[in-house]
Amino acid sequence: MLKFVLTKIGMAALVALTVSFISFILLFMAGDPAIAIAGEGASGEVIAAIRSQYGFDRPLLVQYVDWLMRALSGDFGMSYYFKAPVSGMIAERLPVTMTIGFLGMSFALLLAIPMGVLAAAFPNTLIDRLALGIAVVGQAIPSFWFGLILIVVFSVNLGWVPASGTRQWTGYVLPMIVLGYYATPAIMRLTRAGMLEVLSADYIRTARAKGIKPRRVLFKHALRNAIIPVVSLAAVQLGFMFGGSVVVETIFALHGAGYLAWESISRNDLPTMQALILIFAMFYIAFTFLADVLNAWLDPRLRTV
Amino acid sequence: MSNTSLTISPGLPAASPAPSRVLARKALRHRGFMVGFLILLFVGLTALFAPLIAPYDPYKQDLLARLAPPVFLGGDWKHLLGTDALGRDYLSRLIYGARVSLLIGFTAALISAVIGTTLGVLGGYFGGKVDAVVMFIVSVRLALPATLVALAVVALFGGSLTVVVSVLGLLLWDRFAVVLRSATMQVRQMDYIAAAEVLGASLPRILFKDVLPNVMNQLIVIVTLEMAHAIILEAALSFLGLGVQPPTPSWGLMISEGKEMLLFESWLITIPGIALFILVFSINMLGDGIRDVTAPEGRN
Repeated sequence: MLKFVLTKIGMAALVALTVSFISFILLFMAGDPAIAIAGEGASGEVIAAIRSQYGFDRPLLVQYVDWLMRALSGDFGMSYYFKAPVSGMIAERLPVTMTIGFLGMSFALLLAIPMGVLAAAFPNTLIDRLALGIAVVGQAIPSFWFGLILIVVFSVNLGWVPASGTRQWTGYVLPMIVLGYYATPAIMRLTRAGMLEVLSADYIRTARAKGIKPRRVLFKHALRNAIIPVVSLAAVQLGFMFGGSVVVETIFALHGAGYLAWESISRNDLPTMQALILIFAMFYIAFTFLADVLNAWLDPRLRTV
Repeated sequence: MSNTSLTISPGLPAASPAPSRVLARKALRHRGFMVGFLILLFVGLTALFAPLIAPYDPYKQDLLARLAPPVFLGGDWKHLLGTDALGRDYLSRLIYGARVSLLIGFTAALISAVIGTTLGVLGGYFGGKVDAVVMFIVSVRLALPATLVALAVVALFGGSLTVVVSVLGLLLWDRFAVVLRSATMQVRQMDYIAAAEVLGASLPRILFKDVLPNVMNQLIVIVTLEMAHAIILEAALSFLGLGVQPPTPSWGLMISEGKEMLLFESWLITIPGIALFILVFSINMLGDGIRDVTAPEGRN
C-alpha cells in the first residue's frame, strides 16, 4: 500500500509539473505580455522599459523556473488589471467556489446514487425509466441555459430564491442544482451498471437465500461493492466542477474563483489566468489522487501499480 | 477464433443475410437510434438548405420591428419566432445558427478523433512504455480545466470560427484516447493480429487494416458523444462572449444576447436553448443507438 501511494504521489507530481509548464507557456505564446501591461497604443520605449522591469527579456525557460519557484511559495505575482497580489485575490474567492462545488457534488450524489440503486433493483420499471429520463435530459441540457431558466422560474416568477449573490444562503440553492445536475447522469449510470452487475453475483443470492431483508441486501451488501468505481468518477467530476465553475458563477454573479477567472480572461490579466488554471488543475490532481488511494484502501485488488 | 468459426459455419443457415443488412434492420427497430437519427437529419438538412428555408436574411436589422413576440405569444405571422433586440428575424437566425453548431461540433470532433485515436491505438497496441507515455499525456490533458483553457485561448487569439474549432478539437480528445486504448488492447489479443504479424505485415498495415476497422464501432460512438460535447462547449463559450463573435448567429450567442431581456422577453433565451437541447439530445440518442446496434449479440 505504501509503495502504491508513493508511486501515485510521484505520478501526480509529474502531471502537476507538466500542467504548470503548459499553463505558463500557453499564455506566453499568445502575445507580448509587456504590451498587455502597457496597454494599447503605448510607445516602444514604455514597452521596452516594462519588458526589462518585469524580466520578460530573459529566456522563457528562466522565466518559467522563476515563476514556478515563486508559485511554490504561494506567490503568483501581481495582477496586471487589479493591481493586487494574485494569491490574495484567489484565496479570498476560493471559498465560494469550493462551497458550490461541494454542495453541487452532494446534490449529485444524493440524487444519483439512490436513483441508480433503485433503477438497478427494479429494471425496466417506471423508476428505471424515470432515472434514465433524468440522465438523458441532464446530458443534453446546457448548464448555462438551465441556470437561466431556473432564474426565470424560481427567482423572477416565483420569487423563492435570489437570482444572484450569496448574501443569503438561499443564493447557493440554484448554483448547487445546476452544478449538481451536470454531474448526475454519469454517476447515476455508473451506479446502475455497477449494481446490475453486483446483484447477479453469487454472494447476493446467498444473502437473499439467508433471508436478509431486501433493503439491507441492496444498500448494505450490494452497494458497498458497486460504489467503488463511483468514487473515482465522483472525484473526476468534482475536479471538472471546479474548472467549470466559471460558467455557473458568471450566470449567478457569485464572486468566486470561477468569476475571477472570467474577469481576468476578458481583461487579458495573464498572471491571474495562469494561477487559476494551475490551481484548478491542482484540485483535479488532488481529488483523483485521493480517490485512487481511497479505492485501493476499499479494494486491495486495485493496489497494483 | 478463426478456427472455431470455420467449424461452426457449415451448421449455419445457408443464406444468412449480409452483416450490413442485419445492422440496418437492428437500427430500424431501435427507437432511440431512429429518434436521434431523424432529428439530426432534420437539423442537418435545415442547416444545409438554410438560405432556401430562412424567411429573412439573418443579419438584416429592422429597428422598427424590434422584439416582436413569436406567434404563440401573440405575435403576427410575419415573424414566426419573433425578432431580437435589433429587429433581426429570430427564426432565420435560429436556422443559420444550426450551421454554426453542426460545423463546429463536427469539425472539432474530427480533430479530436484523429488525436485521441492515434494516442489510444498506439498505447493499446504497443503497451509498456508507449502506453505509459500515452496515459501520462491523457492525465495531463484531464488535469487542465478545459473550459478555462478554451476561454483563455479564445481571449488571447481572438474569437474566430477557426480558433474556436481548433481549441475545442485540441481539448476534447481524452475520451477517444481512453476508450480506443482499451478497445485496441482487446483487439491486440486476437489471433488475426498474431497471424498478420507472423505473415510479416507492416505495422501501418496492421494498424489500419486490422486494428482500426475492429475498433471503428467504439470510435463512431465517441465521435457522436464528443460532437455533442463540443456543441455545448461552443455555446457556453459564445454565451460568455469568448466564442463565436457577433453578428454571427450562434445559439449560445443568441442566449447571451437574450439574457439582457431575461425578465421581460424570456422566449429570447428559451427558443435557442430548446434548439440546443434538442440537437444535443438527438446526437446523444444516435450515439447510444449506435452502441446498442453494433454491440455483439446477447449484450446490451
